[in-house]
Amino acid sequence: MSKLSLDDLRKLREQKRKEINKRETSGKPIEIIVGMGTCGIAAGAKLTLEAFLDEIEKRDITNVLIKQTGCMGFCTNEPTVKIRMPDMTDAIYGNVDDKIARKIVDRHIVNHRLVNDHLFDKPSVDILEES
Amino acid sequence: MHSSIADFISDIIENSIESGASSVIVDIIEENRVLRVYIADNGSGMDEDTLSKIKDPFYTGGAKHQHRKVGLGIPFIIQAVEAVNGEFDIKSEKGYGTSVYFSFDLSHIDSPPLGDIIKTTLFSMAFDGNYELVVNRHKNGKKYSVLRSDLLSALGEIQSADSLILAKNFISSLEEELN
Repeated sequence: MSKLSLDDLRKLREQKRKEINKRETSGKPIEIIVGMGTCGIAAGAKLTLEAFLDEIEKRDITNVLIKQTGCMGFCTNEPTVKIRMPDMTDAIYGNVDDKIARKIVDRHIVNHRLVNDHLFDKPSVDILEES
Repeated sequence: MHSSIADFISDIIENSIESGASSVIVDIIEENRVLRVYIADNGSGMDEDTLSKIKDPFYTGGAKHQHRKVGLGIPFIIQAVEAVNGEFDIKSEKGYGTSVYFSFDLSHIDSPPLGDIIKTTLFSMAFDGNYELVVNRHKNGKKYSVLRSDLLSALGEIQSADSLILAKNFISSLEEELN
């Protein structure tokens, strides 16, 4: 690829915006939030982040935000990812490597089904212990 | 333990942003397989007492979650440079900011790999907040710079997948020119 200029970047972005406006997109974006504290980085969270971006690009999914947070306190289960979608409850996943990230895009984001064996569902575990 | 030098860079940039910096400047200088990295910020800085503690892996600033027992970012780098006779230095002044320096001989058999500078630069631009980040990448006499303010001006924002993909291509094209 030859060197892109900032002007090229601006034009490509505007072009993409026009394409998106032609499609029907709902208001609130899908949010993929990856833990990127020292624990996350050490566990490979940057690769997780790349996998999400790559899979979203491959599938041409629009209206997605990809964000990073600092350490959320789930250090032994890194990489951790929170998925927020307009029509589903928030979900936190643990031990999300490249493969699981792509599975989450396929199952959770595209097909609206949770990836149960990676759900990091702390609140419900506490409730179970109390009952 | 981080697997590449690029991971150390991500970690320290994040420290700078978390310290409240409005400006972070990163120089990644690669010359004949010797890598020098400088990361300087205008964040809150640290007093002498705090600065003397940060190399301790069991010291943590207290600003993160309650049950945290370790602060490993800086200790990881020190461990890695010590294994390969690399260099590390940190200077800080409370109220002014912090600067971190480290260097590795990439040809040393035990040196961590450089890692993905493109993705590291990209994702460092995408944290929440209103900060300027300048990444100056030098390799054997050639150089390019990426400024967060430029990217935001061209893209509008840098957290949507669409913007990240374009920014990734942009940074990749600059890195390719160095080779």
